[in-house]
Amino acid sequence: MSIVEDAKQAVQGAVQGAMQKAIQMAPDSFMPGGKPDPLIRQQHGHIGKPISRLDGPVKVRGEATYAAEFPLDGMLYAALVFSTIAKGRIASLDTDAAEAAPGVELVMTYRNAPRMASMPLFMTSEKACGGNDLPIMQDDRIYWNGEPVALVLAETQEQADHAASLIAVTYDADHSITAMAAAKAKGTEPGMFMGQPLQFATGDAAAALAAAAHRVDETYTTPRHSHNAIELHAATVAWQGDTLRVHDASQMVAHTAWSLGHVFGIDEDKVHVTSPFVGGGFGSKGLWQHQVLAAAASKLAGRPVRLMLSREGVYRIVGGRTVTEQRVAIGASEDGRFDALIHTGTTAMSRHNVLPEPFIVATRSAYAAGSMALDVEVAYLDMVANTFMRAPGEAVGTFALESAIDELAVAMDIDPIELRLRNEPDKDPTTGATFSSREVEKAYRDGAERFGWAERGAPGSRREGEWLIGTGVATATYPYYRMPGGAARITLRRGGHATVDIAAHDMGMGTATAQTQVAADRLGLAMEQVTFRYGDSTLPGVVMAGGSQQTAAIGASVMAAHRDLVTELLKLAGNDSPLAGLDVDEVVGVDGGLAKTDDRTRHESYASILSRAQRDEVVVEATPPAPLETMHWSMHSHGAMFCEVRVNAVTGEVRVSRFLGSFDCGRILNPKTAASQFRGGIIMGLGLALMEETQFDERNGRIMNPSLAEYHVPVHMDVPAIDVIWTDIPDPHTPMGARGVGEIGITGVGAAVANAVFNATGKRVRDLPITLDKLL
Amino acid sequence: MTPFTFTRAVDASDALTRASDVGARYFGGGTNLVDLMRETVEQPTTLIDVTGLSTTIAETTDGGLMIGAAVTNTALAEHRAVRTHYPVLSRAIVAGASAQIRNMATVGGNLLQRTRCTYFYDVEGSRCNKRQPGQGCDAIGGFNRIHAILGASPSCVATHPSDMCVALAALDALVHLSSVSGTRTLPLTELHRLPGEHPAIETMLEPGELITAIELPAMPMAARSAYRKVRDRASYAFALVSVAAALEVEDGRVKDVRLALGGVAHKPWRAFRAEAALRGGPATVAAFTAAAQVELADAQPLRDNGFKVELAKRTIAAVLADLAGVSA
Repeated sequence: MSIVEDAKQAVQGAVQGAMQKAIQMAPDSFMPGGKPDPLIRQQHGHIGKPISRLDGPVKVRGEATYAAEFPLDGMLYAALVFSTIAKGRIASLDTDAAEAAPGVELVMTYRNAPRMASMPLFMTSEKACGGNDLPIMQDDRIYWNGEPVALVLAETQEQADHAASLIAVTYDADHSITAMAAAKAKGTEPGMFMGQPLQFATGDAAAALAAAAHRVDETYTTPRHSHNAIELHAATVAWQGDTLRVHDASQMVAHTAWSLGHVFGIDEDKVHVTSPFVGGGFGSKGLWQHQVLAAAASKLAGRPVRLMLSREGVYRIVGGRTVTEQRVAIGASEDGRFDALIHTGTTAMSRHNVLPEPFIVATRSAYAAGSMALDVEVAYLDMVANTFMRAPGEAVGTFALESAIDELAVAMDIDPIELRLRNEPDKDPTTGATFSSREVEKAYRDGAERFGWAERGAPGSRREGEWLIGTGVATATYPYYRMPGGAARITLRRGGHATVDIAAHDMGMGTATAQTQVAADRLGLAMEQVTFRYGDSTLPGVVMAGGSQQTAAIGASVMAAHRDLVTELLKLAGNDSPLAGLDVDEVVGVDGGLAKTDDRTRHESYASILSRAQRDEVVVEATPPAPLETMHWSMHSHGAMFCEVRVNAVTGEVRVSRFLGSFDCGRILNPKTAASQFRGGIIMGLGLALMEETQFDERNGRIMNPSLAEYHVPVHMDVPAIDVIWTDIPDPHTPMGARGVGEIGITGVGAAVANAVFNATGKRVRDLPITLDKLL
Repeated sequence: MTPFTFTRAVDASDALTRASDVGARYFGGGTNLVDLMRETVEQPTTLIDVTGLSTTIAETTDGGLMIGAAVTNTALAEHRAVRTHYPVLSRAIVAGASAQIRNMATVGGNLLQRTRCTYFYDVEGSRCNKRQPGQGCDAIGGFNRIHAILGASPSCVATHPSDMCVALAALDALVHLSSVSGTRTLPLTELHRLPGEHPAIETMLEPGELITAIELPAMPMAARSAYRKVRDRASYAFALVSVAAALEVEDGRVKDVRLALGGVAHKPWRAFRAEAALRGGPATVAAFTAAAQVELADAQPLRDNGFKVELAKRTIAAVLADLAGVSA
């Protein structure tokens, strides 16, 4: 990043800082969420019911069509060849054998690829979503080990794969930096995330630490993780006239349409991206080079193209979570209050992406402390652009923070839950903002009772045969986000059917189901009378399914559209209606129409209103106010993670035998789909704790375990029954009183497991994953 | 995958005739070979399906078992005589793969599984003396947590991945072979080679030679046998260390013992030295540990796999202690 860019970001940061203060000082009523969503009060609707996924039957029947399953006439299949050096130039490229192989239509390399702009880098503008900003087959340069260097199009996938194996590439390697130590030796730079520096300081933390009655000061390390959504990244693309049609696996269709438009120099409305079903995203289903390459090859061949990455391909070109080295130091007074909280360290990233793994974000709002010093430094490597992975920052940051707190509790001989509760802040420790809703203590008390925390023994005190048994606890936390760009359209038909349109996403977590419940309650309709349409870039809104913010973004957008709809309906109802004279704030949707909020006898059905107005339908589209609430209040979900492990005294094998997540995530819209999100997050957390590690060979930057056989994620036998409970206390300042539940489940798990391992064995593992060799 | 011809052999002699082509490979369940073909590690020109060979498991006249090469892993693991007289084999197979894989995989094919060394698999990006003799080995100095601590060479540090073979090594199994020049038998422990200077040559099989059966000699002591596999997750992972053992104790002394290790060498590792140290000695944890020490004395750990030495020792002692009924 240049000095100019740095300065720009700094100014931006300062402006944002000043604005944040002003927004914090403003009256609540000026804020979105200042007046609670009326749905929070409604207790007898569809919200809160454990409704099964509406798309369950089509998925079970195999009728759900995923990105690589759209058959297009004349379609060609693509296969990729990946570079084997980290930096340099292609010296020779022999494609003759591949071009002559059966079924091959063409081979695309830098020599014949269409001229294209680089992908606009994620978050550098409203709709930019490229995973990196490198040239894509535009020249002979290589930027990472695994970069695509050739693409084969053939009549079948097998022919394409075979031909790809016949391409011979040689390289002139340049000096590359692929080892963390070498990158650090060149100097680190302060991390920036979303225009804000990943640094914070208050008081003199170093001095307070030195003077503290009790202290811990340790280093924790976490490895690289690769994305392993069950559905491989894929795109089926076709140029239809001057329009690019993309069947994508996406958690950001509108962003992708705009960004692809930028790459190919066409308007975003000439790019149509749809993604009706997605087999898991976790932050990885954005725009990577494969969609661009598929579209470029399709242009070159004049035929539709399907490009589904191999599992290896996902590891090579889709980034994952990057490595971190974190120091956490806590100084506490005699009574356990934190005088100093230091969380600093280094993460690796490439020079061509935007995400320094922000491992301090949870620490910013977690505990009160007399002084704080937080800092993320970045070391630059020649490697595949790292990216967002379920709770970027919190997932690995809470491992370090919550392990350190456990270490302090052990050192002070104090219950780790009590130590945490003694340091509960009464306002946001870094911004000073009021909490919108924070029920950490309730989550802990409820969880402790259900888990049987009181029966916990001293480290190393419980044993059954070869198995040492221990329990551990850690705080989970994830912020409430709502990104700008939301918009929704509601079409209400005279028959009493409503369609809600928004370019949002369902990667399997049940968005469409929960949002149908919400819309039905808001409109006063049955579930069957509501259709929720999503996953299409031509629909309103720029809504990323990321940052656990979709529930809020959709909720606020639909609230805005609903307000316009009611305003329009009241206008149409006129003076010959029981609703005459009422304004939008005085009515609710109920029983297939509108009624006065405090006098439901004043009711008129939608059918009646529309009939009298001789209208077949009313269509409204609206955008919600900017998400100032996230600056006005400190808005975070929390959880208390309880874990019981069994560690084999002979072999060091770790088995998680019990797990409980006790969550405070506002109101739960659908207990069934939410519980699956919590459990899925916890399972992913068990992988992070015990086995996940991308083997990045520091000699040449090559990922050596690009397969599910050698990159370990938990299998069924690794996962115990997982208990999940929640406070269900609505956040008064969010749509529906809800906060997102997609990411919090993975947070805190690493530390809960590590703390349980310590309780079982007396051994502290500060380096993930906790493999058996670290316990021998 | 490289295009190939697929043929089906009706019996062993038919298979041998079809195998005259140098690029031919016998094909059992395909659970390893097809993966390797997809990765282009293996590029056979012809596959000869030998699942038509014997699928019978029959008692031999001396009370042992003759197992046809095309018997599936599932059938072998479930067989009553195996479960009763050779439980170590049944357990090893069940620990070795998922039910779906076991249903497909054959006994003959299991013997010829190839290493899971990630550098061996990385055809485009890594050097491997197994794939390309003389090229060099990127596993030495790379990620070698899963690699060998015993019997490796400067050319290759790969391990043999089979669980079943570890049990077979402990059980004195014989491999029945057939070729155009006749038939012969080899002890399982002599089928696989150490890497030496030629890691590409993994077994003593002659070109075109076919495994037709595995014979288990009668071994009454094997009724008390066990297999323990230690790995990085509860299932669906290859062994870091595994131990197959049978033990006969009389009056507190080891009358006889069979011991083999998996995950530590280029071949299923029969622990002859530990066995010799144990025979006639006390059946105590101290003696088991000392014997394990003897077996691992020459271990040469690499950057990432030093823990395997201690892990192997502990696991050997624990398995033997368990079989002896003495507490660790």
